[in-house]
Amino acid sequence: MEPGAWSPLLMPKKGKSLERYLRMSQMPTLWCPGCGHGNIARGMLQAFDELHLNLDQTVVIGGIGCSGRTPFYSNTNAMHTTHGRALAFGTGIKMANPDLTVVATMGDGDTAAIGGNHFIHSCRRNIDITAIVFNNSIYGMTGGQFAPTTPQDKKSSTTVYGNIDEPFDIAELAMAAGASFVARTTTFDFQDTTELIKKGIQHHGFSVVEIITQCPTYYGKINKLGNAVDMLEYEKDMTFPEEDEPIDWKELSGQMPLGIFREEQRSEYTDRYRELRESQKSKTDVT
Amino acid sequence: MRLIQGNEACALGALEAGCRFYAGYPITPASEIMEWMARKLPALDGTFVQMEDEIASLAAVIGASWAGKKAMTATSGPGFSLMQEHVGYAAMTETPCVIVDSQRGGPSTGLPTLPSQGDVMQARWGTHGDHAVIVLTASSVLDTYVMTVKAFNLSETYRVPVVLLLDATISHMRENVELPELEIVERITEAEGGEDIFGNRAFFPFGVGPRKVVTGLAHDEKGKPETSRGQVGERLLKKALDRLYVDRDHIVSYKNYQAGDAKWLILSYGITSRPARAAVDKMREEGEKVGLIDLQTLWPFPDELVQSYSEKVEGILMPELNLGQLIMPAKAAIEGRAPVYPFNRADGKLFTPAEIIEAMREIMYNGKLDQTAILEQRRNGK
Ligand SMILES: Cc1ncc(C[n+]2csc(CCOP(=O)(O)OP(=O)(O)O)c2C)c(N)n1
Ligand code: SF4
Repeated sequence: MEPGAWSPLLMPKKGKSLERYLRMSQMPTLWCPGCGHGNIARGMLQAFDELHLNLDQTVVIGGIGCSGRTPFYSNTNAMHTTHGRALAFGTGIKMANPDLTVVATMGDGDTAAIGGNHFIHSCRRNIDITAIVFNNSIYGMTGGQFAPTTPQDKKSSTTVYGNIDEPFDIAELAMAAGASFVARTTTFDFQDTTELIKKGIQHHGFSVVEIITQCPTYYGKINKLGNAVDMLEYEKDMTFPEEDEPIDWKELSGQMPLGIFREEQRSEYTDRYRELRESQKSKTDVT
Repeated sequence: MRLIQGNEACALGALEAGCRFYAGYPITPASEIMEWMARKLPALDGTFVQMEDEIASLAAVIGASWAGKKAMTATSGPGFSLMQEHVGYAAMTETPCVIVDSQRGGPSTGLPTLPSQGDVMQARWGTHGDHAVIVLTASSVLDTYVMTVKAFNLSETYRVPVVLLLDATISHMRENVELPELEIVERITEAEGGEDIFGNRAFFPFGVGPRKVVTGLAHDEKGKPETSRGQVGERLLKKALDRLYVDRDHIVSYKNYQAGDAKWLILSYGITSRPARAAVDKMREEGEKVGLIDLQTLWPFPDELVQSYSEKVEGILMPELNLGQLIMPAKAAIEGRAPVYPFNRADGKLFTPAEIIEAMREIMYNGKLDQTAILEQRRNGK
C-alpha cells in the first residue's frame, strides 16, 4: 500500500496522527484525490478524539455513496447500510440501545432525495443521532448526476443544458422538520468542521451538521470550477458566515449562510420512550 | 383456554420468543400485531417504534438486532414489497429478524381485506440476488403462535431473516387455544467461527466483542468489502444456504392428516388446509382414501417429503389462493412420479370443503380437473 494513495487529508503532514481512529485494513480510501470527503472524515475522527469517545460503544453508520463509505474508515463499529436509509437503521440501533453513540455519514442525495423521508422523520422525533451531511451538490458515486441540492442552471451528467429543478437547502429543511441542532460549514473551514461535529455529538437530540464539500471529479469538472483548491475558494465565495441578525431564508440569492442556526434543548426520543416504559411497568399486566 | 385472534397469537408468540423490539407501519390485515406490541413492549423493557414506512421499519428492525435485541416487523403485501430491499440486506448481513406478512389480495392495493396466498414466491425471491431465507406459514390460531416462536428460534439459530406468511383470515379469526410451553432459542454467542463476524453461527451485537463492520456489499468473514473478487461473497452466500440445506429436517415442519395410507393426497398450506382437512374428513367417511399434508415450512421447500409421498399416491391436488405458486417447486420435487393438479383462486375467497371434494373426485374418477368449471359453477350458484 503506498502512503501516497491515501487521502492526504486523512493523514496530514501537520497535526496529530489519528491512526488509532482509522481502520487501517480499509486503507487506502476509495476517494478521488482532492475529494472533500476526506476533510470531513478527518474532522469527524478528530472530533471523536477530542471527545474521548469510547470507540467500542460508537457506531458510525453510512448510506450508499462516496460519503457513505466513511464508516469503513472509522475504527469504530461500522454499518454501511442502503442508499438513503442510514437514519432508519440508526433509529433501530439507538432505540434498542441508547447507550451507543450513533453518528451517520450521508451524501446530499442520500439525505434529501431517496432518504428524504427518513431524514425529516428523524428531525421530527429528535432522536439522539448526529447526521453529518456531505453536501457536494451532486451524486458522486454514480458518476455525477444532479442531486436535490444542485443549484439551478448548474450542470451535471443529467442536466447537461443546466438544472431546471429548485434545490433544497438541507439546513433549512432540517429546521423546518424539527431538528434541535442544525449547523453548516464548508470543507474550506476545517476548524469549524471538527468543532461543529463535536457540538453535534455533544448535543442531546437530533443534530444535523451539513458540510459543503467539493467533488472535483464530477461537479467541479462539468461546471468548470477548477481543481480542489479552486473549489475550496469557490465554497468560500458561495457562502457567508451568519451574522447576529436573523437570516431571511427566502431572500438568500445563491449564497448560503454558515454557522449554528439552531441549538435548543428539546425532549429526546429515547428519553421519552424510557419515561413511557417506566410509567407502564407498574400498570400493565404482562402476559 | 383462551379465545384469541390470529394476530394476537402472533404478538404473544413473539413476546414469548423473546422479541423485544418492534418497528412497523400500519396496514390491514396486520395492524393488530403492531397494536399488541405497542401495548405490551414498554412494560417488558422492550421497544416499539412506528416508523415512517415499511422500508424504514425493516431497517430499524435490522439496526435493533445488531444493537442486541430480538426484533420483528409485520405487514401485508404492499408493505412487504417495500421491505424487499432490506430483506436482501438482512440476508447479506446474516441478521436474525422476523417479518410477518399477513397476505391480502394483490397485486398493488388489490383486495385489502380479503385473504390470499399470493406472496409465496415473493417471500422466497422478492429481493434481488440469490439469498438464504426461511419462510413459514400457519393454518390456525394456535399454529400462528407456535410458528411465530419457531420463526424467532430459526432466525437466531441460522442468522437469517425468517418470513412468516399469514393471511387476512388467519389474522382476524378467533379460536380457543391453550398456549403450549415451547423451547426458546437464545442468541448464539459461541460457535466455531471464533470472532468472525460473518459465516459464523455466533452473533455479537454492537458493543459486544470486536468492533464490527457490517455492509450490504459482498464481504469476507471479517466484514471487509470484496467487490472485485466475487468468489468471496459467493463463498459466504453458499455457506448460508448450505446451513439451511444440511439442517432442513430441523427447519421443515408440516402436519400429516391421514396421509399415511392415503392413495390420493391434498398438498396445501396456511388457511387452505382448513377446508382441505374438512374435505378429508368427509371423504374418509365415505371410504375414500384421501389424506392431507399441511405444509408449515414453505422454504426451504420440503422436497424430500413431497417426493416420498408422490411415490405412494395416485394423484395430488394442490389448492392455493393464488394462480399457482408453490406448485412450481412441488412439481420439480415430484418429477412426474404422480400427477399433480393445480386448483387456484385469487378472488379473495377461501375454498369450501365441497369445492375441494368435487375437485378431488374429478381427479380420482375422471383423471382430470377442470378447475374453472367447478369454481364458476359455484360462483353462479348452480
Ligand atoms: C436504491 C438505490 N438506488 C440507487 C443507487 C445508486 N446510487 C448509489 S450512490 C448514489 C448517489 C450518491 O450520491 P450522494 O448521496 O450525494 O453521495 P456522494 O456519492 O455524492 O457522496 C446512487 C444514486 C443505490 N445504491 N440504491
Ligand atoms: S466522485 Fe466526487 S465525491 Fe466521489 S470520491 Fe470522487 S471527488 Fe469525491
